[in-house]
Amino acid sequence: MNRFLLPLGAFLLLAVVLAIGIRHAPDKGVIASPLLGRPAPQFALPDLTQPARLVRSVDLKGHWYLFNVWGTWCGECRAEHETLLRVQRAGLVPLIGLDWKDDASEARAWLAQFGNPYQAVAVDASGRVAIDWGVYGAPETFLVDPRGIVVYKHVGALTDAVWSQEILPRVGAARPGKS
Amino acid sequence: MLPELGHFALILALLLAALQAFFAIAGAARGRDRWLTAVTTAVAGQAVMVATAMACLMASFVGNDFSVTYVAENSNSALPLFYRIAALWGAHEGSLLLWIFLLAVWTVAVAFGARRLPPRFSARVLGVLGLVSFGFLLFTLATSNPFLRLDPAAADGRDLNPILQDPGLAVHPPILYTGYVGFSVAFAFACAAMLEGRLDQSWARWTRPWTVIAWSFLTCGIALGSFWAYYELGWGGFWFWDPVENASFMPWLVGTALIHSLAVTDKRGLFKSWTLLLAILAFSLSLLGTFLVRSGVLVSVHSFAADPQRGIFILAFLIVIIGGALCLYAWRAPLLRSTAGFELGARESFLLFNNVLLVIAAGTVFAGTLAPLISDALKLGTLSVGPPYFNPTFLMSMLPLLALLSVGIHANWKRGRLKDKQRTLLYTLVAAAVLGCGLVFGVYRHGRLLTPVGATLGLWIILASAVDPIDRWRRGLSLSRAVLGMTVAHIGLAVAVIALTTVQSFTTERDVALAPGATVAAGGYEFRFAGVRPAEGPNYSAIAGTLFVTHHGAPVAVLQPQKRQYWIQRQVTSETAIKMYHGDNILLALGEDLGAGRWSVRIQIRPLVSLIWLAAFIMACGGVLAASDRRFRNVKVAAPATEAVATERSA
Amino acid sequence: MRAWLYRLAAVGVLGAAVAAWAVDPTQLADPKLQARYEALTHELRCMQCQNESLADSPVDLAADLRREVRDMLLAGKSDDQVRGWMAARYGDFILFRPRYSLRNAWLWGAPALLLSIGALVCWRVVRQRTALLAADPESPEEDGRS
Repeated sequence: MNRFLLPLGAFLLLAVVLAIGIRHAPDKGVIASPLLGRPAPQFALPDLTQPARLVRSVDLKGHWYLFNVWGTWCGECRAEHETLLRVQRAGLVPLIGLDWKDDASEARAWLAQFGNPYQAVAVDASGRVAIDWGVYGAPETFLVDPRGIVVYKHVGALTDAVWSQEILPRVGAARPGKS
Repeated sequence: MLPELGHFALILALLLAALQAFFAIAGAARGRDRWLTAVTTAVAGQAVMVATAMACLMASFVGNDFSVTYVAENSNSALPLFYRIAALWGAHEGSLLLWIFLLAVWTVAVAFGARRLPPRFSARVLGVLGLVSFGFLLFTLATSNPFLRLDPAAADGRDLNPILQDPGLAVHPPILYTGYVGFSVAFAFACAAMLEGRLDQSWARWTRPWTVIAWSFLTCGIALGSFWAYYELGWGGFWFWDPVENASFMPWLVGTALIHSLAVTDKRGLFKSWTLLLAILAFSLSLLGTFLVRSGVLVSVHSFAADPQRGIFILAFLIVIIGGALCLYAWRAPLLRSTAGFELGARESFLLFNNVLLVIAAGTVFAGTLAPLISDALKLGTLSVGPPYFNPTFLMSMLPLLALLSVGIHANWKRGRLKDKQRTLLYTLVAAAVLGCGLVFGVYRHGRLLTPVGATLGLWIILASAVDPIDRWRRGLSLSRAVLGMTVAHIGLAVAVIALTTVQSFTTERDVALAPGATVAAGGYEFRFAGVRPAEGPNYSAIAGTLFVTHHGAPVAVLQPQKRQYWIQRQVTSETAIKMYHGDNILLALGEDLGAGRWSVRIQIRPLVSLIWLAAFIMACGGVLAASDRRFRNVKVAAPATEAVATERSA
Repeated sequence: MRAWLYRLAAVGVLGAAVAAWAVDPTQLADPKLQARYEALTHELRCMQCQNESLADSPVDLAADLRREVRDMLLAGKSDDQVRGWMAARYGDFILFRPRYSLRNAWLWGAPALLLSIGALVCWRVVRQRTALLAADPESPEEDGRS
């Protein structure tokens, strides 16, 4: 009798796995980043507004920053722009932008029209730096700690919920006393 | 009005399905024969209701009723009529309705064809089918209603996905689903046998023709899908081990094992519990396939829109139906002992090895398909599985199977008697090897390691299969349809093996950049590019390239691959230009505009690839031929005197 | 209502991802390097259109990644180094062929396991049935091959 119950047992096991799979389903489009917990990739790129200057990762060490990949061609980036402006006004974590595979003059005009939430914007014309960060679809936002380690990545438009539930707690936990 | 009528019809169908299931199963269990007469009425009523619903939805599509959400999402007034009709099953809700419709068709067929079977048994079969129907109808009405209204109505629809705007859409899903759904009949027969406590093997004979016909449809359906992908997607690939493809291939592999296992059970009363399990497994894989493509758990090129809620529903349905069947199995299987024997070289042995290898093949495909899901659920990271896994593991099971096939068909039941066949087998093997290697190295002058192996195995199967029929024909003896059908199906398989070996070994593929007037040579042909010009279709605008193809100077074809942009969905698709020439398939596809009139072009030469789909058709014909054998039509109703049934009556 | 919109969007995205594909006319001077380039670009997944390979995907990201592969091969990197470079940035998901590692051992071991179980089952059944053969009465209808 026992061995005839095996198929039923195996099936129930499968059902459990599938149930877990469904619970994870909404995240299916999102691939876990291998950068989490590792040092942020180094970069030195021209600044969008002052092309003679360089935006360098070494200069950013020592404080938290949000690395936001965007482009004027990207619809979702327009959607998250209001949130980014609010993040900038909060003044807690600076935003460093990466203008990915974009036209520099169009990007400058875009920021002039919709507002510039960034402390600095690096221009990635070739896409090489974005690849180093494992970017596969704009917008993407990374949270980097003062030691230069990537602690969080968000794919898709940044929302107020993500800011308050995912980013602020991570920043706040390391800086008690500041709200 | 019509959509509401369709909606109402589905609700009625749901109720009728419930009645069908209840009267059949409870009626048979309690010996209430009068209830059994109500079952066929419920079947007919349900079929009429489902057909009505289909007709209502069809009318909404044809009439461009964009107040129906489903029509607005999948159709457009500029869409040609042919595609407006086929768009009905172009997305989730409609394809489910197609499932339900085909299930109703099968149920009516079974109700008609099973008239001469013992009434309680056939009632139980219809009852189980009613349960499956009920589940699907409930799922549709609860989560995937195609008759929902859009308020305010859309001015025009979103148009059918351009990739689906192809004749393939009209045939692939209906034929594929007919096969898929057909395995529910084998499942129902198995459940009925278990519910009844039937210990003899008569149910196996009754089940065989239904299962073989479902298998034939599934074979055609899969082949059509592969063919469609081949010329529509433009990569020249015909099989990608994509999760949705695997979802249809696994039932096919297990279904093949099932029809062979049914043969053993029918003939010698052996493997009864294995056959039951295979019937449950085949249908379970069909249901699992439905789950995989609609629940969003897997990333796939052609899964339907992901919705976890639906996934939960289907999973619950799976647990009830399959869990229930497996409980029945655990209850009844221990009683199904047989004392028959056979020797190592007997037909039963070979069929056992055949089935084990097929199930292993299905198992490796299963593991690879669900690996990303399992890896994710157990927090082992994101895994990715593709052809580099599936190809070698599939070959691992298939090569021994193909080798054993030629020997197995010559083995007698029970006592093998292969010694008498030794010389025949040796001669055919040598002839196949000589012919195979000769053709490979003679025509192509090179090959991979498996090329002569594949060619030899394929040719051996053909020669070995032909020996007996030719012998009987020469002696003026009759050949039953079952044996003839089996031979044809096996030869079809062999042709597929030869075609696959050739395509995998000798395909030429080149991507080139061409300026107008430039010529390039590839695969023994020459291609001269004559530039591009604009073109237009009913709902798209296109750029068509022109290429002149010649073979050693002799003209072969003028091919015009296109890049189309569909107006409404603004999608760009590539239309490959294909030409069949002396067994070779020449494919040309337009790539990108490189500036200054230069374009990138993909050239592929694939020898014998069309044989693959022809082979599948041959296999399906063999199946239908075998199923029409007289022995399945003269149903001898065996006395179901069994211990279990006796106790049931007295209870 | 929102669920409906989400589904629409999902279908749109999935559809768009598959509509067209790329033709890659890159030709490296060294035929061996070209062969390796073609093999690698077919083995790496396009992260944006997740079921296409780098070789077939029409999106910009795929073109950029193909360029990286080409540059790495010209710089003399090995195939494994290229795969490792890609996986370090995008994770193992970018590889169509899962790498042999302890975490994937169960996947690669599954076929061997299944074969062993199959062989065991066959052996037991055949042994059992050959033993029963002696006690099985001969009957003419069981002879033959149909």
